[in-house]
Amino acid sequence: MRLSRRQFIKTGLAGGLLLSFAGWLNAAGGRQLSSGEREMLAAICGALLDGALPPAGDERRRLVALTVDGIGTTIAGLSLASQREIGELFGLLVSAPGRMALAGVGRPWREATVGEVSEFLQSWRTSRLTLLQGAYGALHDLSFGAWYARPDTWEAIAYPGPPRGNF
Amino acid sequence: MHDPIRAGLAAGWKHVDASTLGKGQTVEADVVIVGSGAGGGVTADILSAAGLRVILVEEGPLRSSTDFRMRESDAYPELYQDSAARKTADKAINILQGRCVGGSTTVNWTSSFRTPPEVLAYWQRHFGLRQLSAEAMSSWFAVMEHKLWVRPWETPPNQNNRVLGSGAEKLGIPIDAIRRNVKGCWNLGYCGMGCPTNAKQSMLLTAIPAALNRGATLYTRLRAERLRFSGGRISALDCMALRPDGIHPSGKRVQLRARHFVSAAGAIGSPALLLRSGVPDPHRLLGKRTFLHPVVISSALMPERVDAYAGAPQTLYSDFFLQQAAIDGPLGFKLETPPLHPVLYATTLQGFGAAHQALMREFTRVNVILALLRDGFNPESQGGQVRLGRDGLPVLDYPLGEVIWEAARRALLAMAEIQFAAGARAVTPVHETAPLYSSWAQAKKGIAELPLKPLLCRVVSAHVMGGCGMADAPQRGVVDHRGRHFWLGNLSVLDGSVFPTSLGANPQLSIYGLVARNASLLAADLSGRPPPLIP
Repeated sequence: MRLSRRQFIKTGLAGGLLLSFAGWLNAAGGRQLSSGEREMLAAICGALLDGALPPAGDERRRLVALTVDGIGTTIAGLSLASQREIGELFGLLVSAPGRMALAGVGRPWREATVGEVSEFLQSWRTSRLTLLQGAYGALHDLSFGAWYARPDTWEAIAYPGPPRGNF
Repeated sequence: MHDPIRAGLAAGWKHVDASTLGKGQTVEADVVIVGSGAGGGVTADILSAAGLRVILVEEGPLRSSTDFRMRESDAYPELYQDSAARKTADKAINILQGRCVGGSTTVNWTSSFRTPPEVLAYWQRHFGLRQLSAEAMSSWFAVMEHKLWVRPWETPPNQNNRVLGSGAEKLGIPIDAIRRNVKGCWNLGYCGMGCPTNAKQSMLLTAIPAALNRGATLYTRLRAERLRFSGGRISALDCMALRPDGIHPSGKRVQLRARHFVSAAGAIGSPALLLRSGVPDPHRLLGKRTFLHPVVISSALMPERVDAYAGAPQTLYSDFFLQQAAIDGPLGFKLETPPLHPVLYATTLQGFGAAHQALMREFTRVNVILALLRDGFNPESQGGQVRLGRDGLPVLDYPLGEVIWEAARRALLAMAEIQFAAGARAVTPVHETAPLYSSWAQAKKGIAELPLKPLLCRVVSAHVMGGCGMADAPQRGVVDHRGRHFWLGNLSVLDGSVFPTSLGANPQLSIYGLVARNASLLAADLSGRPPPLIP
C-alpha cells in the first residue's frame, strides 16, 4: 500500500474532489460536520492536543467534542475556496482507503490510538509531499486554533485573558 | 466608550449593508472606490473633500469599537481575510490581511514608517519614477502623519520589545523607536483585534467618517466582481452582494456607474479585480511582482515574565540588517516583535502533543522576534504572482527560493543571538524540525544546519505589496506614478499594489502618503480645480 502512495494521492485527490462536491457545495449557509468527520477530527485532536487534554475519560471526551465543534465553526467562517479544499481533505480522510493508504491508520478513527494518530501526523508533518505537509498544517492550525479560542483553556498557560473594565 | 461609528450611523451616514438588499440595484456617482483600507480610505476623504460624489465598496463588514471585544475567536473571522488564515497556493506562507471597513488599518499594529529614501531612489533608477523623490514625497508623508497622529511613542516599551532592545544593545546593534498612529492609547496590546478604545487613528476612525460626513456612500458585504469597459473607458462596476455570513453570494447584484473608478482592494484584491475584468495587459505584468516581506520567527523562553500579549505590540525595531549590503544584494531584513495571543501563538508554534504543550505552558515567559525580509530588489527576488482560481477568486503563488532561505538563515541566527544576549534560557526558530537550543553556541551550530524549505520553516506575512506596479512606461508597469492605468483612461489604482518592490518597512504610511498625493492629483483632474500646491 505504502509503495503506491503517490499514485493514490493523485487519483485519490480527484476522487475526493468529486466526493466532497456532493457534501460541501450544497452547503448553502454553512454546513455541519458529518459524524464520520467528527470521529476523524476527534482522533486527530486527541493526538495534537494530547499534552493539553486530561487523561482518558469523560472530561477528555467532552473537551475534544467542544474542540471539534470549534473546528466546525472555524471552517464555516473560511472563504469558499478554503472550505472546498478542507472538504477535499476531510473527504479523503474519512474514507477507509484514504485513511489507510494516505494516513497509514489501519483502524477506524474512533478506535485509533493516540500513538497511531501521532505517527500519521508526524509523517505528514515532515513528508516530502508538500500537499501532505500543507494538510498537516491545516489540521494543526484548526485544532490548536479551536482549542485556544476557548477561555477555559487559558488558565493552563497563565494567560489572564483580555483586560476587563469599563470600555 | 463612545462609538463614533455607531453615532455617525445614527446621525444618518449613508451605509448600505448589501447583505440586507432585497433586490439588485444600479447606482451612479462621480467616483467608485473599491476597498476601504489605507488606499481607499484616503482616496474617499480627498475626493469627497473636492466635492465629488463618492461610493466606497467594501467586501467585509462595518465593525467598530463596540464590537471590538479583544477576543481572537471574534476578531479573526470578522475582521480578517479567510479568518486570518489566508495562504499562498502551496500553503507555505500565512498572510494576515484585514477584511472589514478600514481594511488592514483596522487591525494593524500601528507601526508608521515613511517609505525609506533608498527605496524611492531605487524606484527612480529602475522604474523611471523620477517624480517620487524623497524630497517630493516628504510633504505628503508629513500631511498624513499630522492627520493620523503619527507620533513618537513615549510610553516605555513592553517587555517583549525590551528583550529585542536589550539583546541588540548588548551586541552593539542599533535599535530605534517606532512611531505609532494613536491618540490617547491605553497601551492594552490588542490592536490586532480592532482598537476597543478608538485610540488607533485608522481609516475606520478618520478618513472614512470624514467622507461619510460629506455624503459619501459606503457599501459593505459587497464584492466587486468586474469592471465593464469599452473603447478605453470603464462604464460600470458589477458587484455581487454577500449574505450576512460574508462568505456566500446572496444572488443580488449591484451595478455602480461613475466617471472614474479607483481600485484600492490591496495587493491581492486589485490585481484580481483587473484580471477578472480582462483589462488590457499586453506586457503581461498584471499580478506579477507581488511582494510579502516574508517573515521568519524566533521564539525564546525568558527567565522572567514577558506577557507579550500586553502593551503596545511594536515599539522598537532595528534596520541594522537592512544596511549590511547593497539594496539589491543578499536580502536584508528588519527586526520587530509581534504581540502574542493564545490562538495566534499556538497555531504558529511548531509541533504538537506534549512538545507543543511544554512550550505553551511557558506562554507568559515567551519572547518572539520577527525578521521581515526585504524582497523585490535582488534580481533573484521576483516575488509572487496573483492569478485567478475557481470562481475568479485570487490565488497567490509565491515561490520561496534560495535567495529567501539564505536571508532567512541569517535572520534566524541574528534573532537567536539577540535573544540569548538578552538572557534567554532557550531559543527555537519556528520550524518543524528545530529543537529548543539552550545556548547561543548550540543555536549557531543548529541553525547553520537546519534544512530551510517551504512548510518546514514557518513563514508568515502581514504586508502585501505589488501586482499592479507603477513605472514610467507600459512596458514596465501597470500604472504610472499617479496610479493611472496605462490603458484605461478613467481607472486609477491607489493602494499598496502599485509598489514596484517591497519597502523594507511596514507599509501603512507609504500607502497613505502616496495615495494622498495621487488622490489629490486625481481630485484636481476630476473637479477642474488647480492641483494642490504640495508637489
